[in-house]
Amino acid sequence: MNRVTTLKRSTQENAHISCRVNGEPVQVSVAPCKTLLEMLREDLRLTGTKHGCELGECGACAVLVDGDPILSCLSLALDAEGCAIDTIEGMAQDGQLHPLQAAFADLGGAQCGYCTPAILLTAKALLDRQPNPGRDRIREALSGNLCRCTGYQQIFEAVEEAILRLRRTEQGTDLKSVPVGARHNP
Amino acid sequence: MSNTDTFSIIGKPRRRVDGADKVTGRTCFADDIILPRMLHCKLLRSHVPHARIRSVDVSRAERHPGVNLVLTGRDFPNEYGILPVSQDEQPLCRDKVRFVGDPVAAVVARDEFAAEEALDLIKVEYEPLGTISDPVDALNNPAARLHDYSEEGNIHKRLSYEFGDVEESLADSAHVFEDVFFFEGNTHLPLEQHAAVGMQEADGRITLWSSTQCPHYVHRAVAKALDIPMAHIRVIASPNGGGFGGKTDPFNHEIVVVKAAQMLGRPVKCCLNREEVFYCHRGRHPVLMKFRTGVDENGALTGMHLQTLLDGGAYGSYGVASTFYTAVLQPVTYHLPRYAFDACRMFTNKPPCGPKRGHGTVQPRFGQEVQLDKIAAKLDMDPAVLRLNIVEKPGALTANYLKIGSIGLAQCINTVTERCGWKDRYGKLPEGKGMGLACSSYLTGAGNSIYWNAMPHSGVQLKLDRSGKVTVFCGATEIGQGSDDVLVATIAEILGIDPLDIRCVTGDTDLTPVDLGSYSSRVTLMMGNAAIQAAERARGMIAQAVAEKFATDTGSIAFSNGRVFEIGQPEHVLSFRKALVCAEEMHGSLGTTGSYTPPDPPGKYKGGGVGPSPAYSYTAAVVEVDVDTETGWLTVPRVYIAHDLGRAMNPVLARGQVEGSVYMGLGEALMEESAFRRLPARLSNALVHREPSMLEYKSPTSCDMPEVITDMIEHPDDNGPFGAKEAGQGPLLPVMPALANAVYDAVGVRIDEVPITAEKILQALDDKARGGAGRVGPDSFPDIEWPEPFRVPPPWEGGDGNAVNKPARKRAAKMHEMDKFKKVDAS
Repeated sequence: MNRVTTLKRSTQENAHISCRVNGEPVQVSVAPCKTLLEMLREDLRLTGTKHGCELGECGACAVLVDGDPILSCLSLALDAEGCAIDTIEGMAQDGQLHPLQAAFADLGGAQCGYCTPAILLTAKALLDRQPNPGRDRIREALSGNLCRCTGYQQIFEAVEEAILRLRRTEQGTDLKSVPVGARHNP
Repeated sequence: MSNTDTFSIIGKPRRRVDGADKVTGRTCFADDIILPRMLHCKLLRSHVPHARIRSVDVSRAERHPGVNLVLTGRDFPNEYGILPVSQDEQPLCRDKVRFVGDPVAAVVARDEFAAEEALDLIKVEYEPLGTISDPVDALNNPAARLHDYSEEGNIHKRLSYEFGDVEESLADSAHVFEDVFFFEGNTHLPLEQHAAVGMQEADGRITLWSSTQCPHYVHRAVAKALDIPMAHIRVIASPNGGGFGGKTDPFNHEIVVVKAAQMLGRPVKCCLNREEVFYCHRGRHPVLMKFRTGVDENGALTGMHLQTLLDGGAYGSYGVASTFYTAVLQPVTYHLPRYAFDACRMFTNKPPCGPKRGHGTVQPRFGQEVQLDKIAAKLDMDPAVLRLNIVEKPGALTANYLKIGSIGLAQCINTVTERCGWKDRYGKLPEGKGMGLACSSYLTGAGNSIYWNAMPHSGVQLKLDRSGKVTVFCGATEIGQGSDDVLVATIAEILGIDPLDIRCVTGDTDLTPVDLGSYSSRVTLMMGNAAIQAAERARGMIAQAVAEKFATDTGSIAFSNGRVFEIGQPEHVLSFRKALVCAEEMHGSLGTTGSYTPPDPPGKYKGGGVGPSPAYSYTAAVVEVDVDTETGWLTVPRVYIAHDLGRAMNPVLARGQVEGSVYMGLGEALMEESAFRRLPARLSNALVHREPSMLEYKSPTSCDMPEVITDMIEHPDDNGPFGAKEAGQGPLLPVMPALANAVYDAVGVRIDEVPITAEKILQALDDKARGGAGRVGPDSFPDIEWPEPFRVPPPWEGGDGNAVNKPARKRAAKMHEMDKFKKVDAS
């Protein structure tokens, strides 16, 4: 209720930003007071990035900026200038789910699916850097992402399953890629 | 007990049908809806807890260049509310505000920035009224009345029931235990903030998208609040980003966006911020409880008298039902020969409480399970053995006339105690380490709708055609629990097809038959049974056509693996698609319906409609704790849980429901509380939410979550689809009492209130060290003038489900009767 408006956000001139989003160059005209979250959702209509608090508390808005998970609700759109941003929309490649996505879908890692995009991106950032983390490291890496549905256990198991699947892919053993939307019987 | 070998889909672990959408960010939540020319709405909420509204000046806000419309209470003449007996809410407050967060005005503007700026330009003049902070305060200050319709003063509802002469039983009991417990309120905290989009179509009809668990109830409320025929309103429940009961009421912003869309002819969206979600609340009622329980020398229950006092917050919400639920399920878990309860809900100047996961039954379950632990300690019995001896029998009719079906509780207790090594470890762990056991039962769907009617609780329609595609329509709402998956799996199982061949359309009041919504753990059972009926009817039509083609009888036709064939005739086989061609040739366009109505409850007494359910789930849990005796700090290394869910339709999802319940229960047990504080006198004495943010309202993170060892126990129930019962609420209930009992095992102190914090443990340890009882909890239950109880003899005392008396009912007081009440109070 304590709404202190120090500047007229509604009447400012737009800024012009160039960045890469999901590997593609993007130019966007955006209100300078907007957060990266708002730019992604409202100006680029990439609504796969979620919000649960807009105060940096819940982690639902995490995206990757130059490979690092950051809270897009605490980051100004202006700071994205020249950056490479990855959102959930770019995680599946060539119509194939990323092994993390497939494992989450198969093993109950996503219930309502609201915290899921940010958790998947945070987990991807972890595995990109550290391909074989233990359970404690996974817990720690995801500790900034609240989930109210799962109790986290199936999320941990899904990350661990994805690690196995990624390793099998690297070793060139079986793992047939799973098409988006395909039925899967583990 | 179970045999899933005969099923091809039910009972098999499977990727949920909406799984790929959820992991790709494609699931479209309400705030993800962006429409051409859409405007944005923000609500101005009261900063005072109780006041008359003297005036609302919106002229400056209306002049803001980005603003299209400003609405106030005067634009909304009609009241609404979820229960027909509590029509006490206004879309925007007209005369009074009743809690910090009650909305008084709305701004619709070109974007949220402009709307927020304009909110600051609205001037509201309040005349402060006395503020009621808790139920005892409410009892002591009947004159500072929140609502005119309450029974008297700020008493919203009082209930009193007697199922047999409990006083006689207690007098004859070997032991009588009297305990008082307190369960603090807490909130759902869904990750998705509530959002709604209203749109007027070109012909004047209305569409409302909303993150609601109950589109049908929202449909009714919007029609009533805005005087629009239901036939002209379409409510679409977007998939919910978590609900847990917090999105089951109709909300102010839903009605406001519809009104604004009507007036402006443009789509209007309102997405609440996190602070506002705390104000919408409808969360767990704070409940003070007093148990008087008699047992024989072996620990068998002889009788129980339970009294509960609920802090209802500022509005009715589901409160009358919540009040019943703080008492009616006590006899369902263990055999209770005689039972009496009194329950009372008070209005206070705080966000309204309502249904949170386990609705009303969680608090008394905590009290009873902790009391049973005390009884076992006093009788020097193993708490597991004590419970095993008194588990209610399958098929029982309880003292308060609830008809139970299957009961897998004994197996649940045996499973968790075996898994945790109970016999060798309970009571024998080193100081500071402990384990505790608790059990519970829960409804699989409320036996009655929130408004009285004789229509089905769930409807399903199927459309099938020559493409081989089946489309299933149902009003049920996907809130993450997997209701779409249950629906599709049920149809696929019966028609012998792949779930991918089924398109699922749910939660849309224009397209889908009515389902009452995702609450009371009703969806799997009720929607599932309706889906079975619709699918079996479709199967019958297809079988008839295929039988004719193969010149055989329909009984010889089987459906499996996408084929329809004559049993024993390998060459008489059609693909499902070709079978649909045959069926369409024979019957014309293909469609079927199915519906489900719960059985009539055996209890015929007034109020007997709350508590009946087609089936009850059962749970046992063992929680392990480590307590640091220096600091009181408590950690939970492991939780063992066994839940009798009848049948796991999809074990991956069912397990997720059980473990999610354990998680939420641990949050309530350890840290979550909706706490309020008074500002100092110089700041108006206002009662404010202490922690309306996710940072301050603590909930468990991935680092706090213990290992959970889950067993799904399957005692199929005759009333459940494929025997299934609920899994999403019941497993929460035993977690808090099991944890409290574990603390006692670890350090010998009793924390008789929730949450159980380090501070309280330390306080109890200090108390014990000074020779006290080593207990933290409430000391007494206030004197309340209870109404004459309904006296209903239990079935085994010649009762037939009717009350043998007719207690005089106090009529709800009207405003002009206020003086009369004052006189009555004075005399």
